[in-house]
Amino acid sequence: MQPIQLHWIDYSILLAYVAFILGIGWALARYMKSSSDFLTSGRSIPTWVTGLAFISANLGALELVGMAASGAKYGIATAHFYWVGAIPAMIFLAVFMMPFYYGSKARSAPEYLKMRFGEPVRILNALAWAVMTVFMSGISMNCLAKLLNLLLGWNYNMSLLICSVIVVLYVFKGGLTSAIYTEVLQFFMIVLGFTPVVYLGLKDVGGWGGLKTHLTDVAQNPAALGLNSQSFSSDAWSHAWKPLIAGPANNPMGVDLFAMIFGLGFVLSFGYWCTNFLVVQRAMAAKNMTAARNTPLVAAVPKMLFPVIVILPGMIAAALMTMPDRGYRIPPVSVSNQSYASAIDAVKSATPSQGDAGVQAVQKALGTAVFPDKVSALISKNSTTPLSNDQIKAGLYSSIGENDYDSVIPSLVTKYCPPGLLALALTALLASFMSGMAGNISAFNTVWTYDLYQTARRSLARHSAATVQYAGARREELAVAGDGPRSTTAGGGSDRSADVVAVPKDLSDEHYLWMGKVATVGGTILSIGAAYFANLYHNAMDVVQLGFAFVNAPVFATFMLGMFWRRTTSPGAFFGLIGGIVTAGIFQSLTLASGDSPGLKGGYVHIAHLFPSEMAQNFWMASFAFSACLVLTMAISWMTTRTKSDEELKGLVYSLTPKIKDHEQHFLQRPAVLGIILLICCVILNIIFW
Amino acid sequence: MLDLRWPIGLMFSLIGALLVIYGAATGSNTAMYAHSLGMNINLIWGIVLLVFGVLMVLGAVMGKKES
Repeated sequence: MQPIQLHWIDYSILLAYVAFILGIGWALARYMKSSSDFLTSGRSIPTWVTGLAFISANLGALELVGMAASGAKYGIATAHFYWVGAIPAMIFLAVFMMPFYYGSKARSAPEYLKMRFGEPVRILNALAWAVMTVFMSGISMNCLAKLLNLLLGWNYNMSLLICSVIVVLYVFKGGLTSAIYTEVLQFFMIVLGFTPVVYLGLKDVGGWGGLKTHLTDVAQNPAALGLNSQSFSSDAWSHAWKPLIAGPANNPMGVDLFAMIFGLGFVLSFGYWCTNFLVVQRAMAAKNMTAARNTPLVAAVPKMLFPVIVILPGMIAAALMTMPDRGYRIPPVSVSNQSYASAIDAVKSATPSQGDAGVQAVQKALGTAVFPDKVSALISKNSTTPLSNDQIKAGLYSSIGENDYDSVIPSLVTKYCPPGLLALALTALLASFMSGMAGNISAFNTVWTYDLYQTARRSLARHSAATVQYAGARREELAVAGDGPRSTTAGGGSDRSADVVAVPKDLSDEHYLWMGKVATVGGTILSIGAAYFANLYHNAMDVVQLGFAFVNAPVFATFMLGMFWRRTTSPGAFFGLIGGIVTAGIFQSLTLASGDSPGLKGGYVHIAHLFPSEMAQNFWMASFAFSACLVLTMAISWMTTRTKSDEELKGLVYSLTPKIKDHEQHFLQRPAVLGIILLICCVILNIIFW
Repeated sequence: MLDLRWPIGLMFSLIGALLVIYGAATGSNTAMYAHSLGMNINLIWGIVLLVFGVLMVLGAVMGKKES
């Protein structure tokens, strides 16, 4: 794609957006007086804000770009990620799990694990989490810088640096509140920035009816468009359930019903929504218990409707490819200039009489699959009247058979947006990438400061020598290094030895506020490193997804057993979690998806089973990892003795916590009622797109 | 604490106004609006954003009056 020219209107809109997000950070700076204000927003934020921030944190650009890509590849079935793979889990989180996250007064999800199981499980979870947030932030930054480079011709390094500086500035100034507020702003930006593009695209293909008609063309011959190697029944792109029930061979995702419902719908979806601290952190910042429980429910409403903005563009792009007069194709994968050069030579030296051999030579030089008929047409054209290098290159560009699905959204934006609207859509993309970065940084700095740093400092303080380090401190002033609000007074405590040792006071809250700010900058610097890493290794996204899959699926079993079964013990939780992660690793080393070669994608020990698609492999791996963790945790818990009494577990476990009485509230404000209404809407949506 | 409706309302009012002005100024440029299927999308959507922004600001003002 040629770089787009920006006009004054475009720069003005971009600048207005940047000015406002920085302004929000500055306006909030005066409220950041304690580490709790900075890292957990002091639990003061209204429900509509936390609800929209909840969904916006999830809606990073990777989601936006990725869902459009999937919409082109799989059609409306992509909506399963929303209607099956998100809504039920969000409702479960709101009604059943939020009381423990919020009620325990834990400052982070790992801190809940500490209260329930002790430090080892917390540290394991916090470490995995810290690494993942840095990588997710880095990957967001990398995609943003690459996009700016591709669309606008801006220098990659400069874009990376400037965007990072903007993000670090407003998070440094205003903490989590700043991240949350700008996420809500970004939510509106995304909705208002992309709706016109979707509207125009839908109008262009002839509305929903026209779209369905064109998608039948897609389904019957996806290979002609480079979409898939086999053909499907005509309704495969416009129906979510029928092709799925028909089996893996009959839907473009290559997934079976069980893997979809259990693997995605239960394990992966609950594993993400119920334990992912990035989103849970936003609910934990709410102003009271009801607000906290309603946050995921408020978020579920836009989540249900998002397929219109994110998935529909992908489907429109696929449909447009069957309409030659629109002159559109999903941009091909990028090819290096050297490959183009050698392919141009191959075209020049090929003759029509060579037939297939000539086409093969060009394909080999280019390094990607090609549309054979387009290449042979190019060869013929060149042999009759020699074309210039640029003309041959253009011909090669349009004959590349592999699509770069991640460019669906940018390509639709360039197609339908005149200057003005263009800036709005670009700013929306910018906004979504930035909210991905800022959200991950704000989750990282909390987990670092409270779960890793503070834990390490307090444990060092507990084991330090008896020498009093603070001059002039009287014995009565020396506090026990307890943890969070459940700390006990000097001389007591369930996890201390019987001797009363003179222990230096835990560091002041000012120190932790300072640490939170340092972690913000440090986390950003680490993310920049991760961004360069992702740029070098194109498999970086795959590696991170793998990491997520290894840890997310089993950890959900840990949280679930922790919250709903009092008998779960700390060794059970710890070794069960490790067992789950190891199981995921073993599973991956023994299976592969068809079309992949052994290595990072799996099957490097032995291919015991071949899955029809990567998605199927992923869903099954999650199912196995979750089940392994569940079974191991329960078994080990039975074999070990409980370390915490019922009294200590009050407020942490379902059966030991007084049920929240919702009776005083208006019927429609009760989380359980809202949850049921949302579920019904979700089912209706599924039926409509059956 | 800062009422979030202020920055949201002000920003979208500003961007909406910018788009309305630009849309009105370039309305006759049919080549440019061929992209958006002939519609002056800048003007139309600019008005939508402006209305949204103003509603948000009104919400913020009423919120201030309550407290």
